[in-house]
Amino acid sequence: MDQAVSHYRRALAIMGAALLLVAACGQQAGTTPTATASVAATATASVAPTAARGTGGNLTILYWQAPTILNPHQAGGTKDNDASRLIIEPLASWGPDGKPLANGLAAEIPTTQNGGVSSDLKTVTWKLRPNLKWSDGSAFSADDVVFSWQYRCDKGTAATTAIYCEDIASVTAKDPNTVVVTFKAPTANYWGEFGVGPSEGVLQKAQFANCVGAAAKDCPANQKPIGTGPYKLASFKAGDVVTYDVNPNYRDPNKPFFKTVTIKGGGDAEGAARAACQTGEADYSWNLQVPLAVLQPMISAADSKCQFAATYNALERITVNFANPDPALGDKRSEPDQKHPFLGDINVRRALAMSANRAAVAEQLYGKPGGEPYCNVIVFPRSKSTDSLDVCKYDPAAAEKVLQDNGWVKGSDGIRAKGGVKLVINYQTSTNAVRQKTQEILKADWEKIGFKVNITNSSATTFFTNTAPDGYAKFYADLEEFASSQDPDPTGFLQQYICDERNAKANNWNKNNVGRFCDPAYDTLVNQLKSETDPAKRDALAIQANDYLVKNVVVISLVNRTAPTPNGYSKALKGVQGSPFESSLYDIANWTK
Amino acid sequence: MAAAEQELPKIAASVAARPARSLWRDAWFTFTRDRLAVTGLVVLTIMVLGALVGPYLWTQPATAIDFTIALKGPSLEHPFGTDDLGRDMLARVLFGGRISIAVGITAVVLAVTLGTAIGAFAGYFGRLDNPLMRLTDLFLSLPVLPVLLVLIYLFRESLQRSLGSEIGTFVMIVGVIGVLNWMAVARLVRAEFLSLKRRDFVEAARCTGARDGRIISRHILPNSLSPVLVAATIGVGGAVITESTLSFLGLGFPPDVPSLGRLLFDATNYLDFAPHFAIFPGLAIFLIVLAINFIGDGLRDALDPRRKI
Repeated sequence: MDQAVSHYRRALAIMGAALLLVAACGQQAGTTPTATASVAATATASVAPTAARGTGGNLTILYWQAPTILNPHQAGGTKDNDASRLIIEPLASWGPDGKPLANGLAAEIPTTQNGGVSSDLKTVTWKLRPNLKWSDGSAFSADDVVFSWQYRCDKGTAATTAIYCEDIASVTAKDPNTVVVTFKAPTANYWGEFGVGPSEGVLQKAQFANCVGAAAKDCPANQKPIGTGPYKLASFKAGDVVTYDVNPNYRDPNKPFFKTVTIKGGGDAEGAARAACQTGEADYSWNLQVPLAVLQPMISAADSKCQFAATYNALERITVNFANPDPALGDKRSEPDQKHPFLGDINVRRALAMSANRAAVAEQLYGKPGGEPYCNVIVFPRSKSTDSLDVCKYDPAAAEKVLQDNGWVKGSDGIRAKGGVKLVINYQTSTNAVRQKTQEILKADWEKIGFKVNITNSSATTFFTNTAPDGYAKFYADLEEFASSQDPDPTGFLQQYICDERNAKANNWNKNNVGRFCDPAYDTLVNQLKSETDPAKRDALAIQANDYLVKNVVVISLVNRTAPTPNGYSKALKGVQGSPFESSLYDIANWTK
Repeated sequence: MAAAEQELPKIAASVAARPARSLWRDAWFTFTRDRLAVTGLVVLTIMVLGALVGPYLWTQPATAIDFTIALKGPSLEHPFGTDDLGRDMLARVLFGGRISIAVGITAVVLAVTLGTAIGAFAGYFGRLDNPLMRLTDLFLSLPVLPVLLVLIYLFRESLQRSLGSEIGTFVMIVGVIGVLNWMAVARLVRAEFLSLKRRDFVEAARCTGARDGRIISRHILPNSLSPVLVAATIGVGGAVITESTLSFLGLGFPPDVPSLGRLLFDATNYLDFAPHFAIFPGLAIFLIVLAINFIGDGLRDALDPRRKI
């Protein structure tokens, strides 16, 4: 008996060896069946020349970060916003050129020329499309737009999109097809502050009427919203799959082309890239944040099934925590009133920025198609004066000197300390090969100059929520890395660093200032920018605010991924226009095969 | 018949010429006659020495990043090639082997200690037998991987906080592997105790007034060690595999600690154009576990007196 078992184990071991060899060779063998699939895909594309509603079968979209909520005003990240975009629409979208595009609920874009915007830039009149219907058949009206504004600006709702609420005096329905927005002061960013863009989705009043205020968080409608978009929800498993059916009441009778859409969440970016480029299982794979060495061969392979939409706009950056994340504080952990033990010291932050090798990260991990090394905070307009700043140059020796000169002395363990406070840093991000490599590159340099760096990562599905203790919003760490997109107008992006935007338990961690940075001088700058209406002066102020953030190392920018980290999509897919300022799925109604 | 009778004195003479016999010497004698086991021992010794001494002999750092040589295949300068950040793979595999072997041995020491204690109490004290064995059944019925995931989720942060990132993870992984792998040892030890505790020499010890503790530790335990030793050896292989699995799933050591499983995980996306990245850590895991299993088999044959010819 024993002898038999031991023979069995030896046989297993030999089989294991054989398997190992098969696995090593298996990669080449996999290409044959997928090549046939590609031929089949081209054939179907040619027999469907006209785009009639619902004739296109299923559209498979991969999001390696899985959506967890479908209400754009409670969205934890881009994944949630994008998944809701098929259902919930804003008044208008940001086109690829950074100008508003009337593809949403508004019949036209209000401008000063057409009289939609008053000459004092205080009143904006939005004309809505007539006879619009919600997917449940009920009539859409200006009341829904007004309600959506009230919903997200209710303090208790703690909406993630409440950033401009303080600027707007009133939103009223003049008639069922007209919405009038009145700003408290002249506002140059009138499109961005109300109506245009991914965070401006309009909810159905009838469905969300009981979800205002404290009831918003656990409102069942968050998981099954009714919308006006090209699709309606069929099923939703949070953190997994969303399926959609054609919205029978969609305004354009010929759209959308695909009968059903499936957004599969989870997995990793490499898998999503393979599904779009190698196997062709996915028609569209979002945000291929894949190491250059892996992505490049997939793109350039002769039988590559994917093409790329230059639709991504994101600033990969490290946010510094100005609040103390010490777990000993219990409920007070990372609350804005708890000062961080050493990151409040500008010299420590400067040393971190000066020894961050942006060029290595951008060129080796992202490469040409993925992004450029970047030190500024805003991308439009771009500050030139920061180029010469020491915090933008990679110089570990100078960084070490900054620490040494300011009393941070190396102890016997190699970690610098001052007054008993050691420079031990917890640096968190979401699980992604590129981000973990970035962590390793930065850690190596930081440890050389006397920091101790612990790197951690958690799944994107939990990292980009405001509920998880290891999520970016609660920020129970010292540094964290993530990316987010910005509007053509810089106001919103700059405004996320003002005092009022600080994340805290009180606002359910739903605000935008996750670093809990607060400086009245900076707030003044942002307020000046908001009240300025002259374009040239606004640019100057935006650059001034940008330079302030860079010099004070409120955030350590790494890579400008505005030049695309691509969304890969099937060569058979047509009509994908993409806009760097919009949700990747904002024009999904136009997609065909 | 007659030929055999003539052979007998020769055999007797050769037996007499051998040095005095003891259990351990006998076992060693049998063990060294098992070619696979000896091969396993040699391979494992090389791997362990490599992991312990290697980083001092092969002085290239495991963490020095150099993008100019990223993903280069094996060469004289980098015998195992380099990884995607241009770090020397040999240095990383040596370092990874050290972690994996350390985790394997420590986890098994924990598992064997737990298992022996529980098995001994269950086997010796009849009153404890039922509850302890039902506890064993309970642990055996736990689905190991999901439980590991839950335990890691629950304890990772607090352990890393109190003991630091690397040590904290080490303690956590060793802890969860140890706590979920003592059951086989407990059953073996209990069985041995049940059969040994009624033997005459134990009765004799009791008659001379030995207390329970002394009977367990001095009379029964030493006689039930051999199956424990075999289970422990094979357990080390299992623990190395479990550690690699956890690291491969991204749940083990942080990304900057190159355990063998973590190296494999990093390599998965480069399989088609940089296979050396995966092959060397994979081979290291494979050889360690294979060698340990061969040694375990050899030990089993050697330590079981009933299998002697």
